[in-house]
Amino acid sequence: MTEKVLMSGNHIIGEAAIRAGCRFYAGYPITPQNELCEYMSEHIREQEGGVFIQSESEIAAVNMVEGAASTGARAMTSSSSPGISLKQEGISFLAACEIPALIVNIMRGGPGLGNIRPSQGDYFQATRGGGHGDYRTIVLAPATCQEMADLTMDAFDLADRYRTPVMLLADGMMGQMMEPVVFKEPKPRDYPDMFMLRGAGGGKSHFIRGLLLDQLEEEEHNWKLARKYAIIEQRETRCEYFQTEDADVVIVAYGTSARVAKGAIKRLRPMGMKVGLFRPITLWPFPMNELRKLSEKTKYFLDFEMSLGQMIDDVRLALQGYADIGFFGRPGGVVPTPVELANIIEQRYFKNNGPEKRG
Amino acid sequence: MSSKTIFSGFGGQGVLMMGYSLAHSAMSTGYHTTYLPSYGAEMRGGTANCTIAIAEEEIASPISSEPDYLVVMNTPSLYSFQNKLTSGGLMFLNASIIDARPSRQDIEVYAVPCGEIAEGLGDIRAANIVMMGAFLRKTALVTLDTYLKSLETIMGSKKRKAMETNTKALAAGYELLKTS
Repeated sequence: MTEKVLMSGNHIIGEAAIRAGCRFYAGYPITPQNELCEYMSEHIREQEGGVFIQSESEIAAVNMVEGAASTGARAMTSSSSPGISLKQEGISFLAACEIPALIVNIMRGGPGLGNIRPSQGDYFQATRGGGHGDYRTIVLAPATCQEMADLTMDAFDLADRYRTPVMLLADGMMGQMMEPVVFKEPKPRDYPDMFMLRGAGGGKSHFIRGLLLDQLEEEEHNWKLARKYAIIEQRETRCEYFQTEDADVVIVAYGTSARVAKGAIKRLRPMGMKVGLFRPITLWPFPMNELRKLSEKTKYFLDFEMSLGQMIDDVRLALQGYADIGFFGRPGGVVPTPVELANIIEQRYFKNNGPEKRG
Repeated sequence: MSSKTIFSGFGGQGVLMMGYSLAHSAMSTGYHTTYLPSYGAEMRGGTANCTIAIAEEEIASPISSEPDYLVVMNTPSLYSFQNKLTSGGLMFLNASIIDARPSRQDIEVYAVPCGEIAEGLGDIRAANIVMMGAFLRKTALVTLDTYLKSLETIMGSKKRKAMETNTKALAAGYELLKTS
């Protein structure tokens, strides 16, 4: 089907996952991602072998996903910020056992129970591993409903390719809003049987474990993971450039805040201000080199987030010593307006580009 | 072309349906569009609203701090949203149950007795579609044909009867403002 349909972000993730061959979903309701649970409860069971479980808790859900995925099922779970905190143990186990799975986080205001408004306060948790131990999780950050569909399918492929959990990180607004979407044809799955626990039969017993009591064995396992992460960092970075070619100021923003940034740029450009946007699509691996390359031309970057400033750490790693870095953010579930951001940029723009460029 | 509209009213008045159907027909027309509902801890009979952006180019923020058009279906919505409407903006007001009128002089207000008109057509539930008729007459965001096709797609083939009422309701709302 290449027909354009109007669907909410949450429903799109569900539909894209099912089309990509996801046949196991476990989750526990939490706003603002309930519609994803709801969609799966109705539609994944229509598929042959499709299983939907509303688990007793978030922790149970992620462990069920680990079990299903270890037998070779394409499996996923989803939640929103507080629920994702609960799942961290399971995500660490998935990483340790090298089991592919998709975890969707539709972020809301925090910390604690916070509120149910859109927020980007889980960047650190998502990109730094989140759970215990030396591991990384691939993190994809869609900014449109179309990207939610595309990246959900890509997430399963990445999870299989690197045998690692992948997180789709969006926020309440992305989950709730509707936009036209066209579902692409998913790629056929490429995941060898040798990684699936299907019963030994007459052959040699095969098991997956994350408990490696011998420290040297655990160290070797960590080095193996590290080599894998290094390859992911080399190969899998993605980003979008928007009017950066001639920009004096480049905003760095992802997801919903990148949309707001585009709105601000559309207001500022007609006034003669050369402003562009750099949007990381993979938050880990962060497109470090791509961003640094922009500093050859642009000397001022404004990190913009719906948080107190978390991605700014990665922006600094990319740009410190190469360009000046500013920050603007609103935490707690507030979505700033394009006008508000445009005003901030306007002030910084003239401060950085001198009064002679005014007008 | 770029516009933002807020639809607001009680849960149950079909406020989200108005927004969804408009966004759907905008998509069918070939525009970029976004539909953003209010969400969260709402209760039956509580307030509902949604924001629809329609544009020829990619839409940045689906939120509207200053909508071009505002549809209010009940009195609390009038008080909540009247000051958000942009200067020179159009307000469509459900005159069947809203006695108050906005105090602003810089906007155009269309008082549509959509409840009575729908009742006259035999189904009070079509009040929102009457309002859509009036809304489309003045905003011309999409054509009536496209809008009706979208409604039909959304409601499915089972709702033949409802579609007949809706078609009449849409025309009634459209004609109302045409003649005034």
